[in-house]
Amino acid sequence: MAAYGAGNYRASQGRGPAPGFSFFLYALLAIVLMALDRRGGYLVQVRYYLSAAAYPLQLAVSSPAQAWHWTQDSLIARETLETQNAELLKQNRDLSMKLMRLDALTRENAELRGLRQTLPAVADHWMPAEVVDVELSNLRQRLLINRGAHNGVFRGQAVMDNYGLLGQTIRVGPWSSEVILISDPEHAVPVEIARTGVHTTATGTSDPDSLILPDLPANADVKPGDLLLTSGLGGVFPQGYPVARIAEVRHDAAQTAQFRATPLAHLNALHEVTLVWFDDTHPAAPTRLKDGSSTTGNPALQKQPSPPLELLPLPTLPRLTAGRPAGQDHQ
Amino acid sequence: MIERIRDSFGRLLLTVVVALVLSVLPLPTWLSAVRPAFLVITVLYWSIAAPRVGGIGLGFFSGLSLDVFRGAVLGEHALALTAITYVVVREHQKIRLKPSFQQALIMLGALVAYEFILFAIDGWTGHPMTSPLRWIHTLTGALIWPVASAVLDRVRGTR
Repeated sequence: MAAYGAGNYRASQGRGPAPGFSFFLYALLAIVLMALDRRGGYLVQVRYYLSAAAYPLQLAVSSPAQAWHWTQDSLIARETLETQNAELLKQNRDLSMKLMRLDALTRENAELRGLRQTLPAVADHWMPAEVVDVELSNLRQRLLINRGAHNGVFRGQAVMDNYGLLGQTIRVGPWSSEVILISDPEHAVPVEIARTGVHTTATGTSDPDSLILPDLPANADVKPGDLLLTSGLGGVFPQGYPVARIAEVRHDAAQTAQFRATPLAHLNALHEVTLVWFDDTHPAAPTRLKDGSSTTGNPALQKQPSPPLELLPLPTLPRLTAGRPAGQDHQ
Repeated sequence: MIERIRDSFGRLLLTVVVALVLSVLPLPTWLSAVRPAFLVITVLYWSIAAPRVGGIGLGFFSGLSLDVFRGAVLGEHALALTAITYVVVREHQKIRLKPSFQQALIMLGALVAYEFILFAIDGWTGHPMTSPLRWIHTLTGALIWPVASAVLDRVRGTR
């Protein structure tokens, strides 16, 4: 008896509400919370502060893994570094060669379109972000990154790595944001098949190595190896960024077909990602929803204004200045 | 009495924070599928051992913290955990007297009920992705119950 003294319920009955009553209150509170969170995002502000409160714990929890990466990085052998350096130099040379050609191409493109000046690149500026937490479960494919509203991150912002599209920010806290990956079963990217120009959507499967294209008819002209680019529809991603490559086209007896694609971004091994800001006035930029009041689709993925917060001035960011006239690049 | 509650409350907070950390610790995919719901088990333990200290409020706020870290909708885990905490608090005197094996079976039932509420809310709120893997943690949770309750008994300071 003494062992349970502190917790003996019967001995202390009458002191405090009965369990049935407090259950009723808390359950009601939870249901109200769910309704508010679900409908119209009344809790954006609350979520914002909650994510700020949760961030220290998330940082602490991820620190052993970060420490492990750091030790690995600092214990790399000299030969490894040398080979890596040689590889990077080679890659850099290749990319510079391509970039030279790109400049010529943009000029040529502008001439073909009858524009007097070349358009600046659609990507206005970008910011690297570190991955704090990766959740690749069978239900959710999310990342937590160490940039938030203080860095100018907004909800529904495109996130990429060096190989292709990764996903978009779904919740923005002051110093951190949650990214939904294109492989999340709740995520769909409007894409265009580069070879044929057919528009469709690529939906996540909760497997980081595959997307499916559920909206294509069985007789669609799709071949393994076809490149999928963002189509610019949907209001989040601009046109023409690589997303995935068709891996498999399977026709079955019932005259239906399954199209599987492999994301180009390396969703399995993420340490650093890139947040991209797009130039709104560019023709290839995603169409912005002005008030975020669209009611179609998943409301969690609709574009909505970041919580009001006096933003710190953006740090000077590396810019993609292809074809951009000099002297115009101040914010 | 008051001091005892305050002392227990400190220990409760400690175990709950440790359980939360274990719940949100990033793990490889295959490991996170079998990871027991540490926080849920801890809350259930305290609901049985000391319902006056934590009680249903503990269930609600623990669930809310899970929502902040992992929830699709705010209030989802809070509702599920509030519900099973209520049942366990109401029946805590019966459960307490059962041998460890039967307690583990009761925990299995509670965890399945918990996961079912989450499953239902996921469906209602339009997150219909389901995978049979989501039920695995109820089994592993029941399996570690004897160990977990022994460890928590130590922390609570009973012989």
